[in-house]
Amino acid sequence: MSCSRRDFLKQACGGTLASVLPVSAFTFLSPEEARAAVENANVRWAFLVDTRKCVGCGLCVKACKNENEIPYDAPVTRTWVERYVITNDGQAHIDSPMGGRDGFIDNVINGEEIDPDNIAKAFFVPKLCNQCDNPPCVQVCPVGATYQTDDGVVLVDRDWCIGCGYCIMACPYGVRFFHPVHKVADKCNFCYHRITKGMNPACVESCAFDARRIANLRDPDDPVTKIITTERVAVLKDEYGTKPHVFYIGLDENVR
Amino acid sequence: MKWHVLRPLWLAIGLVVVILIARQFMVPEDFGVHGDSFTYNFYRLSNVQEWKDFPVKHQGRESCVECHEENVTTLNASPHAPIECENCHGPSVGHPDDVELLPIERAREHCLRCHASLDYPNHARSELPNVRDRTHKRRRECVTCHYPHDPREKPE
Repeated sequence: MSCSRRDFLKQACGGTLASVLPVSAFTFLSPEEARAAVENANVRWAFLVDTRKCVGCGLCVKACKNENEIPYDAPVTRTWVERYVITNDGQAHIDSPMGGRDGFIDNVINGEEIDPDNIAKAFFVPKLCNQCDNPPCVQVCPVGATYQTDDGVVLVDRDWCIGCGYCIMACPYGVRFFHPVHKVADKCNFCYHRITKGMNPACVESCAFDARRIANLRDPDDPVTKIITTERVAVLKDEYGTKPHVFYIGLDENVR
Repeated sequence: MKWHVLRPLWLAIGLVVVILIARQFMVPEDFGVHGDSFTYNFYRLSNVQEWKDFPVKHQGRESCVECHEENVTTLNASPHAPIECENCHGPSVGHPDDVELLPIERAREHCLRCHASLDYPNHARSELPNVRDRTHKRRRECVTCHYPHDPREKPE
Protein backbone atom coordinates (compact mmCIF):
# COMPACT_ATOMS: atom_id res chain seq x y z
CA MET A 1 0.00 0.00 0.00
CA SER A 2 1.40 3.36 -1.04
CA CYS A 3 0.56 6.69 0.53
CA SER A 4 1.79 10.07 -0.67
CA ARG A 5 2.45 12.88 1.77
CA ARG A 6 -0.51 14.81 0.28
CA ASP A 7 -2.89 11.87 0.82
CA PHE A 8 -1.65 11.30 4.35
CA LEU A 9 -2.23 14.93 5.35
CA LYS A 10 -5.65 14.98 3.65
CA GLN A 11 -6.82 11.86 5.43
CA ALA A 12 -5.35 12.87 8.79
CA CYS A 13 -7.07 16.26 8.69
CA GLY A 14 -10.34 14.78 7.46
CA GLY A 15 -10.32 12.08 10.10
CA THR A 16 -9.58 14.53 12.89
CA LEU A 17 -12.40 16.84 11.74
CA ALA A 18 -14.86 13.96 11.43
CA SER A 19 -14.09 12.72 14.94
CA VAL A 20 -14.25 16.19 16.52
CA LEU A 21 -17.37 17.55 14.79
CA PRO A 22 -20.10 15.31 16.31
CA VAL A 23 -18.73 15.86 19.85
CA SER A 24 -18.65 19.63 19.44
CA ALA A 25 -22.15 19.57 17.95
CA PHE A 26 -23.42 18.10 21.23
CA THR A 27 -21.44 20.34 23.56
CA PHE A 28 -22.64 23.57 21.95
CA LEU A 29 -26.15 23.03 23.41
CA SER A 30 -26.54 22.44 27.13
CA PRO A 31 -29.40 20.14 28.23
CA GLU A 32 -31.33 23.13 29.58
CA GLU A 33 -31.02 24.99 26.29
CA ALA A 34 -32.12 21.92 24.36
CA ARG A 35 -35.10 21.45 26.63
CA ALA A 36 -36.11 25.10 26.38
CA ALA A 37 -36.05 24.81 22.61
CA VAL A 38 -38.58 21.97 22.43
CA GLU A 39 -40.65 22.34 25.60
CA ASN A 40 -43.56 24.55 26.45
CA ALA A 41 -41.41 26.88 28.52
CA ASN A 42 -44.22 28.88 30.12
CA VAL A 43 -45.33 26.53 32.89
CA ARG A 44 -43.56 24.14 35.28
CA TRP A 45 -45.79 23.24 38.23
CA ALA A 46 -44.26 22.84 41.68
CA PHE A 47 -45.60 22.68 45.22
CA LEU A 48 -44.60 24.25 48.52
CA VAL A 49 -45.44 22.68 51.89
CA ASP A 50 -44.80 24.66 55.06
CA THR A 51 -44.76 22.00 57.78
CA ARG A 52 -44.53 24.68 60.48
CA LYS A 53 -48.01 25.93 59.56
CA CYS A 54 -49.76 22.54 59.35
CA VAL A 55 -52.01 21.81 62.34
CA GLY A 56 -53.01 18.33 61.15
CA CYS A 57 -56.71 19.01 60.52
CA GLY A 58 -56.74 16.59 57.57
CA LEU A 59 -59.21 18.69 55.57
CA CYS A 60 -56.83 18.57 52.59
CA VAL A 61 -57.09 14.78 52.50
CA LYS A 62 -60.87 14.93 52.75
CA ALA A 63 -61.11 17.55 49.98
CA CYS A 64 -58.73 15.57 47.74
CA LYS A 65 -60.73 12.37 48.10
CA ASN A 66 -64.00 14.15 47.26
CA GLU A 67 -62.53 16.16 44.40
CA ASN A 68 -60.75 13.27 42.71
CA GLU A 69 -63.37 10.57 43.28
CA ILE A 70 -61.17 8.35 45.43
CA PRO A 71 -63.42 5.92 47.40
CA TYR A 72 -63.79 7.64 50.77
CA ASP A 73 -63.46 4.64 53.06
CA ALA A 74 -60.90 2.68 51.03
CA PRO A 75 -57.39 2.74 52.57
CA VAL A 76 -55.92 4.60 49.58
CA THR A 77 -55.40 8.31 49.08
CA ARG A 78 -53.59 10.66 46.71
CA THR A 79 -52.35 12.88 49.54
CA TRP A 80 -51.92 12.21 53.22
CA VAL A 81 -50.69 13.83 56.43
CA GLU A 82 -48.11 12.14 58.64
CA ARG A 83 -47.73 12.92 62.34
CA TYR A 84 -44.26 12.80 63.93
CA VAL A 85 -44.00 12.92 67.71
CA ILE A 86 -40.45 12.76 69.07
CA THR A 87 -40.36 11.87 72.75
CA ASN A 88 -37.65 12.95 75.19
CA ASP A 89 -35.84 9.60 74.80
CA GLY A 90 -35.32 10.42 71.09
CA GLN A 91 -37.82 7.87 69.83
CA ALA A 92 -40.01 8.88 66.87
CA HIS A 93 -43.68 7.96 67.00
CA ILE A 94 -45.18 8.18 63.51
CA ASP A 95 -48.76 7.61 62.40
CA SER A 96 -51.20 8.54 59.66
CA PRO A 97 -54.53 6.80 60.36
CA MET A 98 -56.57 6.69 57.09
CA GLY A 99 -54.00 9.11 55.69
CA GLY A 100 -55.04 11.69 58.29
CA ARG A 101 -58.44 12.01 56.61
CA ASP A 102 -60.24 12.57 59.94
CA GLY A 103 -57.56 14.78 61.44
CA PHE A 104 -55.57 14.16 64.60
CA ILE A 105 -57.75 14.84 67.63
CA ASP A 106 -56.00 12.90 70.42
CA ASN A 107 -52.55 11.94 71.64
CA VAL A 108 -52.90 8.22 70.89
CA ILE A 109 -50.36 6.98 68.32
CA ASN A 110 -50.61 3.36 67.13
CA GLY A 111 -52.67 2.48 70.20
CA GLU A 112 -50.18 4.06 72.59
CA GLU A 113 -51.08 7.15 74.62
CA ILE A 114 -48.20 9.64 74.55
CA ASP A 115 -47.73 11.67 77.73
CA PRO A 116 -47.64 15.37 76.69
CA ASP A 117 -44.92 16.08 79.28
CA ASN A 118 -42.68 13.53 77.54
CA ILE A 119 -42.90 15.15 74.07
CA ALA A 120 -39.74 16.90 72.85
CA LYS A 121 -41.20 18.01 69.52
CA ALA A 122 -44.11 17.19 67.28
CA PHE A 123 -45.13 18.18 63.79
CA PHE A 124 -47.24 17.19 60.80
CA VAL A 125 -45.91 16.51 57.30
CA PRO A 126 -48.38 16.59 54.39
CA LYS A 127 -47.28 14.39 51.50
CA LEU A 128 -48.33 14.15 47.86
CA CYS A 129 -46.86 13.30 44.47
CA ASN A 130 -43.53 15.06 43.91
CA GLN A 131 -44.04 15.37 40.11
CA CYS A 132 -40.35 14.47 39.69
CA ASP A 133 -38.24 15.70 36.80
CA ASN A 134 -36.85 12.16 36.54
CA PRO A 135 -39.92 10.13 37.51
CA PRO A 136 -38.91 6.48 38.16
CA CYS A 137 -42.58 5.47 37.93
CA VAL A 138 -42.66 6.59 34.27
CA GLN A 139 -39.41 4.83 33.40
CA VAL A 140 -40.77 1.43 34.43
CA CYS A 141 -44.17 1.61 32.69
CA PRO A 142 -44.09 -1.15 30.04
CA VAL A 143 -46.98 0.23 27.96
CA GLY A 144 -46.56 4.04 27.97
CA ALA A 145 -49.61 4.57 30.17
CA THR A 146 -47.93 7.07 32.48
CA TYR A 147 -46.01 10.08 31.29
CA GLN A 148 -44.80 13.58 32.02
CA THR A 149 -46.70 16.47 30.44
CA ASP A 150 -44.87 19.51 29.10
CA ASP A 151 -45.76 21.42 32.30
CA GLY A 152 -44.06 18.83 34.49
CA VAL A 153 -47.05 16.92 35.87
CA VAL A 154 -46.97 13.11 35.73
CA LEU A 155 -50.32 11.69 34.58
CA VAL A 156 -51.77 8.18 34.27
CA ASP A 157 -53.73 7.20 31.14
CA ARG A 158 -56.60 5.19 32.62
CA ASP A 159 -57.56 3.74 29.22
CA TRP A 160 -54.03 2.54 28.54
CA CYS A 161 -52.89 1.30 32.00
CA ILE A 162 -52.90 -2.49 32.33
CA GLY A 163 -52.64 -2.40 36.14
CA CYS A 164 -49.35 -4.30 36.37
CA GLY A 165 -48.26 -2.27 39.40
CA TYR A 166 -44.62 -1.71 38.38
CA CYS A 167 -44.97 2.05 38.91
CA ILE A 168 -46.46 1.52 42.38
CA MET A 169 -43.32 -0.43 43.33
CA ALA A 170 -40.97 2.03 41.60
CA CYS A 171 -42.07 5.23 43.34
CA PRO A 172 -39.65 5.89 46.23
CA TYR A 173 -42.23 8.12 47.90
CA GLY A 174 -45.06 5.57 47.90
CA VAL A 175 -47.55 8.01 46.40
CA ARG A 176 -48.99 5.59 43.84
CA PHE A 177 -51.74 3.09 44.58
CA PHE A 178 -54.12 0.78 42.80
CA HIS A 179 -57.48 2.48 42.23
CA PRO A 180 -60.11 0.08 43.59
CA VAL A 181 -62.82 1.17 41.12
CA HIS A 182 -60.98 1.83 37.87
CA LYS A 183 -58.50 -1.02 38.48
CA VAL A 184 -55.55 1.08 37.30
CA ALA A 185 -52.63 2.85 38.95
CA ASP A 186 -53.60 6.21 40.44
CA LYS A 187 -51.69 9.15 41.86
CA CYS A 188 -51.85 12.83 42.73
CA ASN A 189 -51.67 15.07 39.66
CA PHE A 190 -51.80 18.45 41.45
CA CYS A 191 -55.54 18.45 40.48
CA TYR A 192 -54.57 18.85 36.81
CA HIS A 193 -58.20 19.66 35.89
CA ARG A 194 -58.13 22.60 38.31
CA ILE A 195 -54.64 24.09 37.82
CA THR A 196 -55.08 24.15 34.03
CA LYS A 197 -58.24 26.27 34.59
CA GLY A 198 -56.41 28.72 36.84
CA MET A 199 -57.84 27.26 40.07
CA ASN A 200 -55.90 25.96 43.06
CA PRO A 201 -55.68 22.22 43.74
CA ALA A 202 -58.41 21.01 46.12
CA CYS A 203 -55.93 20.48 48.99
CA VAL A 204 -54.52 24.00 48.59
CA GLU A 205 -58.03 25.46 48.45
CA SER A 206 -59.11 23.66 51.61
CA CYS A 207 -56.01 24.51 53.66
CA ALA A 208 -56.93 27.32 56.05
CA PHE A 209 -53.34 27.86 57.17
CA ASP A 210 -51.49 28.31 53.85
CA ALA A 211 -49.45 25.22 54.65
CA ARG A 212 -49.91 23.96 51.07
CA ARG A 213 -49.31 26.17 48.03
CA ILE A 214 -48.89 25.65 44.29
CA ALA A 215 -46.29 27.44 42.18
CA ASN A 216 -45.35 27.95 38.55
CA LEU A 217 -41.55 27.83 38.55
CA ARG A 218 -41.34 29.48 35.10
CA ASP A 219 -43.14 32.59 36.35
CA PRO A 220 -40.58 34.74 38.19
CA ASP A 221 -43.35 36.95 39.61
CA ASP A 222 -45.17 34.05 41.27
CA PRO A 223 -44.96 34.73 45.04
CA VAL A 224 -44.59 31.01 45.84
CA THR A 225 -41.84 30.63 43.22
CA LYS A 226 -40.03 33.48 44.94
CA ILE A 227 -40.17 31.58 48.24
CA ILE A 228 -38.88 28.38 46.60
CA THR A 229 -36.02 30.15 44.83
CA THR A 230 -34.95 32.52 47.60
CA GLU A 231 -35.73 30.79 50.90
CA ARG A 232 -34.34 27.63 52.51
CA VAL A 233 -36.39 24.73 51.21
CA ALA A 234 -35.74 21.00 51.12
CA VAL A 235 -37.06 18.03 49.17
CA LEU A 236 -37.71 14.44 50.19
CA LYS A 237 -35.15 11.73 49.32
CA ASP A 238 -32.94 14.03 47.28
CA GLU A 239 -30.31 11.25 47.13
CA TYR A 240 -32.49 9.22 44.74
CA GLY A 241 -31.85 11.76 41.98
CA THR A 242 -35.53 11.97 41.04
CA LYS A 243 -35.51 15.80 41.21
CA PRO A 244 -38.77 16.09 43.17
CA HIS A 245 -40.81 19.28 42.76
CA VAL A 246 -42.60 19.36 46.11
CA PHE A 247 -40.56 21.66 48.31
CA TYR A 248 -40.73 21.66 52.10
CA ILE A 249 -40.11 24.34 54.70
CA GLY A 250 -39.21 23.01 58.16
CA LEU A 251 -38.30 19.41 57.35
CA ASP A 252 -36.84 17.35 60.21
CA GLU A 253 -34.21 14.60 60.08
CA ASN A 254 -36.86 12.15 61.28
CA VAL A 255 -38.98 12.68 58.15
CA ARG A 256 -38.45 9.94 55.59
CA MET B 1 -33.49 -25.45 3.53
CA LYS B 2 -35.81 -28.39 3.90
CA TRP B 3 -39.58 -27.96 3.78
CA HIS B 4 -40.12 -29.08 7.40
CA VAL B 5 -37.84 -26.25 8.57
CA LEU B 6 -39.43 -23.61 6.34
CA ARG B 7 -43.02 -24.39 7.37
CA PRO B 8 -42.78 -23.14 10.98
CA LEU B 9 -40.61 -20.25 9.79
CA TRP B 10 -43.36 -19.01 7.45
CA LEU B 11 -45.83 -19.44 10.31
CA ALA B 12 -43.68 -17.28 12.58
CA ILE B 13 -43.23 -14.62 9.90
CA GLY B 14 -46.98 -14.67 9.25
CA LEU B 15 -47.68 -14.19 12.93
CA VAL B 16 -45.37 -11.17 13.07
CA VAL B 17 -47.09 -9.65 10.03
CA VAL B 18 -50.54 -10.21 11.57
CA ILE B 19 -49.41 -8.56 14.81
CA LEU B 20 -47.94 -5.60 12.92
CA ILE B 21 -51.16 -5.13 10.94
CA ALA B 22 -53.30 -5.42 14.10
CA ARG B 23 -51.05 -2.88 15.79
CA GLN B 24 -51.74 -0.38 13.00
CA PHE B 25 -55.45 -0.51 13.85
CA MET B 26 -55.28 -0.83 17.64
CA VAL B 27 -52.70 1.83 18.58
CA PRO B 28 -54.29 5.30 18.49
CA GLU B 29 -52.87 7.78 16.00
CA ASP B 30 -51.82 10.26 18.67
CA PHE B 31 -49.78 7.66 20.56
CA GLY B 32 -46.09 8.44 20.39
CA VAL B 33 -43.30 10.63 21.70
CA HIS B 34 -44.66 14.11 22.51
CA GLY B 35 -41.70 15.97 23.95
CA ASP B 36 -37.95 15.56 24.09
CA SER B 37 -37.69 12.21 25.85
CA PHE B 38 -38.75 8.74 24.77
CA THR B 39 -38.49 7.64 28.42
CA TYR B 40 -40.85 10.24 29.88
CA ASN B 41 -42.96 11.55 26.98
CA PHE B 42 -44.15 8.37 25.23
CA TYR B 43 -47.93 8.50 25.58
CA ARG B 44 -51.40 9.04 24.09
CA LEU B 45 -51.68 12.79 23.57
CA SER B 46 -55.48 13.05 23.91
CA ASN B 47 -55.25 11.75 27.48
CA VAL B 48 -53.96 15.17 28.60
CA GLN B 49 -57.23 16.74 27.47
CA GLU B 50 -59.20 13.94 29.14
CA TRP B 51 -57.61 14.86 32.49
CA LYS B 52 -58.26 18.56 31.88
CA ASP B 53 -61.93 17.71 31.36
CA PHE B 54 -62.20 15.89 34.71
CA PRO B 55 -65.15 17.49 36.54
CA VAL B 56 -64.41 20.15 39.17
CA LYS B 57 -66.22 19.48 42.48
CA HIS B 58 -65.06 22.24 44.84
CA GLN B 59 -66.06 25.57 43.31
CA GLY B 60 -64.84 27.96 46.01
CA ARG B 61 -66.59 30.73 47.90
CA GLU B 62 -66.79 32.89 44.75
CA SER B 63 -69.64 30.64 43.65
CA CYS B 64 -71.21 30.54 47.15
CA VAL B 65 -71.35 34.33 47.45
CA GLU B 66 -73.72 34.60 44.49
CA CYS B 67 -76.64 33.40 46.64
CA HIS B 68 -75.31 33.33 50.22
CA GLU B 69 -73.80 36.80 50.38
CA GLU B 70 -74.87 37.39 54.00
CA ASN B 71 -73.14 34.25 55.31
CA VAL B 72 -69.98 34.86 53.26
CA THR B 73 -69.76 38.47 54.50
CA THR B 74 -70.09 37.30 58.12
CA LEU B 75 -67.48 34.61 57.56
CA ASN B 76 -65.02 36.95 55.84
CA ALA B 77 -65.12 39.31 58.83
CA SER B 78 -64.57 36.53 61.38
CA PRO B 79 -61.49 34.63 62.60
CA HIS B 80 -62.81 31.71 60.53
CA ALA B 81 -62.32 33.66 57.28
CA PRO B 82 -59.49 31.41 55.93
CA ILE B 83 -61.76 28.34 56.11
CA GLU B 84 -63.45 27.47 52.82
CA CYS B 85 -67.25 27.08 52.86
CA GLU B 86 -66.86 23.64 51.28
CA ASN B 87 -64.70 22.40 54.17
CA CYS B 88 -67.87 22.13 56.27
CA HIS B 89 -70.58 21.98 53.61
CA GLY B 90 -68.98 19.53 51.19
CA PRO B 91 -68.24 20.03 47.49
CA SER B 92 -70.85 22.28 45.88
CA VAL B 93 -70.91 20.67 42.43
CA GLY B 94 -74.48 20.39 41.14
CA HIS B 95 -75.84 22.72 43.83
CA PRO B 96 -78.55 24.04 43.75
CA ASP B 97 -79.81 22.47 40.50
CA ASP B 98 -79.24 18.76 41.08
CA VAL B 99 -78.36 18.78 44.79
CA GLU B 100 -80.91 21.01 46.50
CA LEU B 101 -79.34 21.02 49.96
CA LEU B 102 -75.68 20.58 50.83
CA PRO B 103 -74.85 18.67 54.01
CA ILE B 104 -73.77 20.66 57.06
CA GLU B 105 -70.94 19.14 59.11
CA ARG B 106 -72.03 19.65 62.73
CA ALA B 107 -70.01 16.87 64.36
CA ARG B 108 -67.86 17.71 67.37
CA GLU B 109 -65.00 15.75 65.73
CA HIS B 110 -65.04 18.19 62.81
CA CYS B 111 -64.26 21.17 65.06
CA LEU B 112 -61.72 19.14 67.01
CA ARG B 113 -59.65 18.71 63.84
CA CYS B 114 -58.19 22.14 64.61
CA HIS B 115 -59.35 22.91 68.14
CA ALA B 116 -58.40 19.75 70.06
CA SER B 117 -55.50 20.51 72.37
CA LEU B 118 -52.55 18.20 71.67
CA ASP B 119 -50.05 19.99 73.97
CA TYR B 120 -47.33 19.96 71.33
CA PRO B 121 -44.55 22.40 72.20
CA ASN B 122 -43.91 25.29 69.79
CA HIS B 123 -46.65 24.11 67.45
CA ALA B 124 -49.22 25.92 65.26
CA ARG B 125 -52.06 23.88 66.79
CA SER B 126 -51.22 25.16 70.27
CA GLU B 127 -51.59 28.75 69.06
CA LEU B 128 -55.24 28.23 68.05
CA PRO B 129 -58.03 28.50 70.63
CA ASN B 130 -58.20 24.93 71.84
CA VAL B 131 -60.06 22.70 74.27
CA ARG B 132 -59.44 19.39 75.97
CA ASP B 133 -61.86 16.94 74.42
CA ARG B 134 -62.17 14.93 77.65
CA THR B 135 -63.11 17.77 79.92
CA HIS B 136 -64.81 20.43 77.74
CA LYS B 137 -68.62 19.89 77.50
CA ARG B 138 -68.22 16.19 76.83
CA ARG B 139 -70.12 14.85 73.79
CA ARG B 140 -71.97 18.13 73.12
CA GLU B 141 -71.95 19.54 69.60
CA CYS B 142 -69.75 22.64 69.50
CA VAL B 143 -72.26 24.48 67.29
CA THR B 144 -74.87 24.55 70.07
CA CYS B 145 -72.78 27.22 71.83
CA HIS B 146 -70.43 28.55 69.10
CA TYR B 147 -71.61 30.07 65.80
CA PRO B 148 -69.22 28.59 63.18
CA HIS B 149 -69.53 31.49 60.67
CA ASP B 150 -68.27 33.80 63.43
CA PRO B 151 -66.98 31.89 66.46
CA ARG B 152 -67.01 35.07 68.55
CA GLU B 153 -70.83 35.03 68.41
CA LYS B 154 -73.35 32.68 69.96
CA PRO B 155 -75.81 30.94 67.61
CA GLU B 156 -79.25 32.53 67.34
